[in-house]
Amino acid sequence: MTDDIALPEDQNDLGALKDKEPQKEPRSQWRDVWDQFRKHKGALVGGGFLLFITLAVLLGPYLWSVDAQKLDIRNKDLRPIYTALWDSSARVSWARPFGTDNLGRDIMATLIAGGRASMAVGWTAMVLSLVIGTLVGVCAGYFKRTDGVLMRLTDLFLSLPILPLLLVAVTLFRQPLRASFGPETGMFILIVGVIGITSWMQTARIVRGEILALKEREFVLAARSIGTTPMAIIRRHLLPNVVSPIMVSATLGLATAIITESALSFLGVGFPSDFPTWGKLLSDAVPRMEEFPERVMLPGILISLTVLSVNYLGDGLRDALDPRIRGR
Amino acid sequence: MLTFTIRRLFLSIPTLLFISLTIFLLLQLAPGDPMAQVPLTVPPEVKQKMREALGLGAPIHVQYWKWLVQFFWIEPQVLIDWATRDSTLFGWLPDTALAEGKLRVISWQTRSPVMDIVMQRMPQTLWVVGMSYVVGILIALPIGIYSAYRQYSLFDQAGTFVSMIGFSVPPFFSGVLVIVIFSVNLGWFPSIYDTTHVVTDWDSFVVQLRQMIMPVMVLALQTTAQLSRFMRASMLDNLNQDYVRTARAKGLPETAVVLVHVLRNSMIPVITVIALGIPSIFGGAIITEQVFKVNGIGQLLITALFANDLPMVMTLTFIFAILIVVFNLIADVLYGVLDPRIRYD
Repeated sequence: MTDDIALPEDQNDLGALKDKEPQKEPRSQWRDVWDQFRKHKGALVGGGFLLFITLAVLLGPYLWSVDAQKLDIRNKDLRPIYTALWDSSARVSWARPFGTDNLGRDIMATLIAGGRASMAVGWTAMVLSLVIGTLVGVCAGYFKRTDGVLMRLTDLFLSLPILPLLLVAVTLFRQPLRASFGPETGMFILIVGVIGITSWMQTARIVRGEILALKEREFVLAARSIGTTPMAIIRRHLLPNVVSPIMVSATLGLATAIITESALSFLGVGFPSDFPTWGKLLSDAVPRMEEFPERVMLPGILISLTVLSVNYLGDGLRDALDPRIRGR
Repeated sequence: MLTFTIRRLFLSIPTLLFISLTIFLLLQLAPGDPMAQVPLTVPPEVKQKMREALGLGAPIHVQYWKWLVQFFWIEPQVLIDWATRDSTLFGWLPDTALAEGKLRVISWQTRSPVMDIVMQRMPQTLWVVGMSYVVGILIALPIGIYSAYRQYSLFDQAGTFVSMIGFSVPPFFSGVLVIVIFSVNLGWFPSIYDTTHVVTDWDSFVVQLRQMIMPVMVLALQTTAQLSRFMRASMLDNLNQDYVRTARAKGLPETAVVLVHVLRNSMIPVITVIALGIPSIFGGAIITEQVFKVNGIGQLLITALFANDLPMVMTLTFIFAILIVVFNLIADVLYGVLDPRIRYD
């Protein structure tokens, strides 16, 4: 940044009046953010892994075209190919690189299908909770009349016991939603809904705080003085300024949503058995984990690595989006 | 301070009432029927009578009111009766019979009072979860202090990584993982927590210790991850303050500067975080209890949910809510007591 390229013609007597370095292009904010983000190795690796796992579950079914639901009872209980390294008597097959389960379903295919479900639930629930949180936060921060009510509501939601209530809600509404939307879509709507509704509070608080500070600034006053409507002020002036905290809480939200969905599946109130998610695969494998530890390990490692990468990504984003840290 | 505490106490009553109403209305929507397990040979009119005996015939507001009375009025009386009759602390008081013949909150599963079952399950949860919280705090504080003192050192980097793992690995995986490693492959610890085990001598104490290690460590990993981050951040805030330079300049030894001056000031936010975390540990322990088959409160909630035992679910969820509200209050008050700069009035 401070590399001063001194050209020979600058060495004359007018040199003191000239700029020390040639004029640079003005840097955009997002370029600064990217430069800072690149310095955080963990965040880069995390972001890369998240991208990889997302692409893998999206494109996986096209590359690995084995049907996750196909039963192949003759080839049941195959071990993963790597067990042949230390146990030559293990039943392995190159056609089933991660082995098969007790009904002969291909584990690699179920992992991809499970990842699709887990990531879909995670992303949708995160977006839902962000939308609710931002809406509540902006309303509470900008409109003074709604502030009291909305913040009491937020406090109330924060003092609800979340996991027990999630369990209660999922067990209670399972039947009616399944009946009206079908078993898989119904469960999807239910799980995404309950996770979204119970995890927006942190976003709302952060957004409200930022908005409260921002709306006293001069540019908002200027916008209001030329007759901009409140909706336009929020859309054009306030929301772009709260993007950074929203992005950081989005990463946190994605991590918690994935973990919560897996926890629900693990406790047996999640998706039906023929609709695999990572948590469901893990919990199904627990009874026979002494014989087949890999069926527990593979989905567990995938959940943990995904959440770990999301957390690192969030850590890096927080540093990169904070102008006080940026440039140090 | 006292007025603030009293005001907050009064404010928490409507909050708790609203939460209980929310939970109650949510449970009213339940499609399940408590008579589903009754044999089909029982005629419908008898089933209807049984339903009314469980209090299901009454309108919703009457049911809610009855639950409130039972939970807030009769159960404390039962507690007082028990305290004056059987407990060692108040046993010398004359026996009271306040709750004699009054209806208590009855579980639909076992047809016995809900609170009795909760009291049976409480010790297991408190032992495992409470112990894990204490262990977590004891590990987290030194890690946080040292990684702040040597910021960006190898130890700090490793601490950051471990706490990231603690955040990211869900308990249902770390629990299963330690079972696979330590019970299945190494055979060091039992994979199931035996709650009927009684400690009488040294050998049985060792057995108890061995079966507690895994659930306690799994839960402690989560606590450690959060608390060590907080401790580190709080120490870093304080280490750059002017009073630290003053303390060093007047020649205090480094241990006194860090462990007396800085630590005392850094503990203020950390203590409130510890207080705030206590109720969430009860909720988070549901999964760990399920993994290690500890028959504590979390496991009770799960079985009650699957058995459609609404009074039990209602009471347990509400107990969790009370814990959260109470510890929020305690955290706020503690913050004001410990930090004289904070003034609530």
